[in-house]
Amino acid sequence: MAGRTAERSAGERTDSFQRLAREQLPRLYAIARRLVGDEAEDAVQDCLLKAFERFHQLVDPEAGPAWLTRILVNCCHDHGRSRERRPAEVELDTVEDFSLYRKIALEDPFPYSDSLHLDFLGGFGTEDVRAVLLRLPGLYRIPLVLVYMYGFAAREVAKMLDDPLGTILSRLHRGRKLFEREMWSYAEENGLLEKGAR
Amino acid sequence: MISCSEATRRLWEYLDGTLGEADRGEVEEHLDLCRRCCGELEFAEELRGFLAGSAKEEIPDDVSKRLHATLDELEER
Repeated sequence: MAGRTAERSAGERTDSFQRLAREQLPRLYAIARRLVGDEAEDAVQDCLLKAFERFHQLVDPEAGPAWLTRILVNCCHDHGRSRERRPAEVELDTVEDFSLYRKIALEDPFPYSDSLHLDFLGGFGTEDVRAVLLRLPGLYRIPLVLVYMYGFAAREVAKMLDDPLGTILSRLHRGRKLFEREMWSYAEENGLLEKGAR
Repeated sequence: MISCSEATRRLWEYLDGTLGEADRGEVEEHLDLCRRCCGELEFAEELRGFLAGSAKEEIPDDVSKRLHATLDELEER
């Protein structure tokens, strides 16, 4: 009797895991693409295997999506670490003064536009945004993607990465600045500033 | 009053709602008087919306099949 109960609960656990994982798969893949680019499939696969092994640790089913994301972020972190041998801390002084808003106004890439800044953003497709994100060191990319693209609170990201909240807030600040600067460089290098580029 | 560079440094935190009351008040006081920083604020809002709007991506069919196959294998364990 006890054996049958244990068997049934193991079966129910497997069903719950399968439901959660299949439902979250598109979201996990989208996050991984922004965190590790072409290594996304490997990172998601690692995440599924780890999550399956640890599924008994998930107490609150409502927390399932955030729990899976946490595992994925750590898998992406590991993939990123193997690619970026030295985590590249960026001196704030080198980016602090950059303002994309001012740069666009100053350079005026679309002289006849009456919505210059929106036209600049409109030149970027999903692939371009991903390419810009992948130019950022992982230290900054991960918090930026999780907070501004997937709606996690900085506090949750700090917990996921096991870093103090102050560290994450500071990386978000630098990450935003770096993202703005890299958007401009990417636009210059890829012809997005030419009239009618899109 | 805080400077433009100090105000723009705090704009995203202002939009995130993570500034303390005093800092928030200083940013608002600056925005009341500085048109350029209002432009910076509007652009920061656009950029936030732009990032959030770039979050979706379809899984290519072949990748989806392989990941579902992984789940099928786990189901049989």
